[in-house]
Amino acid sequence: MSDIDSKIPEGSLDNKWTKYRSTVPLVNPSNKRSLEIIVVGSGLAGASAASALAEQGYKVKVFCFQDSPRRAHSIAAQGGINAAKNYQNDGDSVYRLFYDTIKGGDYRSREGNVYRLAEVSGNIIDQCVAQGVPFAREYGGLLSNRSFGGTQVQRTFYVAGQTGQQLLLGAYNSLERQIGIGSVQMFSRHEMLDIVKIDGKARGIIARDLISGKLERHFGHAVLLCTGGYGNAFYLSTNAMGSNVTAAWKAHKQGAYFANPCYTQIHPTCIPVSSTHQSKLTLMSESLRNDGRIWVSKKKDDTRNPNDIPEDERDYYLERRYPAFGNLVPRDVASRAAKERCDAGHGVGASKMAVYLDFASSIKRYGTIEAHKKNIHNPSEEEINKLGKEVLKEKYGNLFDMYKQITDENPYEVPMRIYPAVHYTMGGLWVDYNLMTNVPGLYALGEANFSDHGANRLGASALMQGLADGYFVIPYTIGVYLSNEIRTKAISTDDEAFVEAEKKVQDQINKLMSIKGTKSADHFHKALGMILWNKCGMSRNEKGLKEAIEEIRSLREKFWSDVRIPGDANELNIELEKAGRVADFLELGELMCIDALQRNESCGGHFREEYQTEEGEAKRDDENFAYVSAWENKGNNSWDLHKENLEFKEINISKRSYK
Amino acid sequence: MNFTLKVWRQKNKNADGKFVSYPLKDISPDMSFLEMFDFLNEELISKGEEPIAFDSDCREGICGACSMWINGRAHGPVPGVTTCQLHVRSFKDGETIVVEPWRANSFPVIKDLIVDRSSFDNVIAAGGFVSINTGGAQDGNDILISKDDAAEAFSASICIGCGACVAACKNSSAMLFVSSKISHFASLPQGKVEARNRVQNMVAKMDEEGFGDCSNTYACEAQCPKEISVEKIAKMNREYLTAKLL
Repeated sequence: MSDIDSKIPEGSLDNKWTKYRSTVPLVNPSNKRSLEIIVVGSGLAGASAASALAEQGYKVKVFCFQDSPRRAHSIAAQGGINAAKNYQNDGDSVYRLFYDTIKGGDYRSREGNVYRLAEVSGNIIDQCVAQGVPFAREYGGLLSNRSFGGTQVQRTFYVAGQTGQQLLLGAYNSLERQIGIGSVQMFSRHEMLDIVKIDGKARGIIARDLISGKLERHFGHAVLLCTGGYGNAFYLSTNAMGSNVTAAWKAHKQGAYFANPCYTQIHPTCIPVSSTHQSKLTLMSESLRNDGRIWVSKKKDDTRNPNDIPEDERDYYLERRYPAFGNLVPRDVASRAAKERCDAGHGVGASKMAVYLDFASSIKRYGTIEAHKKNIHNPSEEEINKLGKEVLKEKYGNLFDMYKQITDENPYEVPMRIYPAVHYTMGGLWVDYNLMTNVPGLYALGEANFSDHGANRLGASALMQGLADGYFVIPYTIGVYLSNEIRTKAISTDDEAFVEAEKKVQDQINKLMSIKGTKSADHFHKALGMILWNKCGMSRNEKGLKEAIEEIRSLREKFWSDVRIPGDANELNIELEKAGRVADFLELGELMCIDALQRNESCGGHFREEYQTEEGEAKRDDENFAYVSAWENKGNNSWDLHKENLEFKEINISKRSYK
Repeated sequence: MNFTLKVWRQKNKNADGKFVSYPLKDISPDMSFLEMFDFLNEELISKGEEPIAFDSDCREGICGACSMWINGRAHGPVPGVTTCQLHVRSFKDGETIVVEPWRANSFPVIKDLIVDRSSFDNVIAAGGFVSINTGGAQDGNDILISKDDAAEAFSASICIGCGACVAACKNSSAMLFVSSKISHFASLPQGKVEARNRVQNMVAKMDEEGFGDCSNTYACEAQCPKEISVEKIAKMNREYLTAKLL
């Protein structure tokens, strides 16, 4: 039995959400005006939640550490957003999106949550179109779709290779509209540094004004954390430089359970690491796998130019191993397969830690189609090439440009070199069906929560989940809590709880500033990243994880005795910001390893070397591990494990095969 | 590679600033421009000096945070990229590289190379949106939009709000930024309903925020990292005149 309650409503799966949202308690419009909500983070989840709640009449305060809410890292999402519209008449449905997502997550997510996500997916597209998001269109004016990994239908909506940007700007514009009206108060260049709890309920936050360095107290009847994932624990990832776990981690230390921290998504198609000075990794969208074929040479240590390697000496290993899904297998499967080939000595490029993503055959295919459309009979190879490249440019132009800029190679002429990199974290704050953590009044939305993607997220589902949570879930479910808060008057920030919380934050800042050590925060961050990448990355084993825990503990000690933060705390101080975030990553890193160590099975992004089939596929253990691990912080870097058992009533839990 | 970085240092908004020179040795040509700054900052920290403050977040050219004025150009010498996408190999070995913050009255310097661009947000809040609440939208395919119109809207909506256009303009005009948002909506049926109010409110706010006028030097287009065309400004002017006259 689970010892925590996910509050999934009773009833048939396809009717749960409809029935629930029709029966949840409401807050009348005049009461909404006196209820204050704090939203931390302004990405897809935060901006959509803030604008939707403000439209309903709630008083909303939004906080982000960037200089503008438009810069949240959702903006960098490339490929697309899924929705079960079945516009392509290819057999899609809410059920199929639900099924693909559960299977894609390797049967480690909640049926109820995922079904709801699939149900509201269509509304998101409608909403974004109405906002003026310039989605890709067909010649007749209808919305265009493409395929993403782990599915056999075309349900991904997109705007060239910058879908995240356009969706975020849509949400940002809506947010700015509410700011203009005065129903949202915006605090940019502010970082949340603690949750304030009164009588066990979340009642506000302590935030640091990053320009003046001053600490501020803010009251809210509810606090929503929309602060993204923790992939930057690895230092090198596709996340933004500032992406961090601090808000979620402070919440965790205030009692919120942290769920499934070991589930990290390593994205298969990123530009490989080239030097030790590298500060971040750049993704090449999964959508490229629609048209690119992944291969390595059949010969080990082949140093030939890729264009000189004849067709029959190439190993299109994904097509070989997984004929049903081919290059569009889910991310965890594609990443492991790339690692396997490189480890076996077939890696390409100078570092030998890369595989090819080749567009030559698509250029030919598209070029031939275009030639037909343009009534060119017997087109020359040159003409076909030219036309084909134009099609690729329209579909992925910005990605190809980005690749060229970084690597100095032209992907229209030579295959891209790619390798897996940390991209997304499925784990996060534990939330119930209402998106509330176990701390009353404290919510987590988007990547910051754990709820919908199980052990592996399918491509184009992060945008879907962020906007689902913000636009279409929280506006309903927050009523369950706030309907009981209408008599709670705004609490003065002179209240003892606020004073104490601020003091605690100030103490930590003072402590960090007083160390005056010899090494920068980045130094410790890089060291932590190496430990996690090597021992808690694409594959893990018991020995490595145990070592990692010890190494992280000792690194943490060094950090607290040797970090150097120049400058003053009462001014803009980027090193102080970084140090605070690294301090939290150093605690989270240990928990990631502890979680990976207790999960004696392989599932999704969590691949334990001890648990694999003879063919090297992940070997799940449904009898013993079909649960969410929810960690309770006991202080001093010790944790208790709570288990939420996952029940599969609709789906027949089975072997996950893409062969 | 070796360089001398001549960087604007300014303690805070009210302090006077000055250029400080930093010699750099053995820089790998594959380093990005900002990684060179990371490298320099590491050196400064190890010497006990304060690192150079600069904005940067996504480091893949899309968030619009980075904002350096490099050798007299917004985002440096390579057209069509942001500072974070710039690589050291684009500079000559031994070169002195001068780096300043954006200079514009509407973008006051906060510290070193960091400026305050909240005036951009204020312009958007004045009208850069479609006034629809969440929930009531019709089916996405009910609005037919031609491929050309979608492409035209997209060519404007790609603006990343970095402020290079303002920095590049001798009048510190925000016309390219504002016209990108206006053009985006003006190209789509969803934007038509409020077109009149939108353009008037956004232009009024732009003036109120202290941005200058346009004198058609096209410096904005030349230095826009997303290469947005000045045709958007022409489109905004048409929209504005239509709103005022008709």
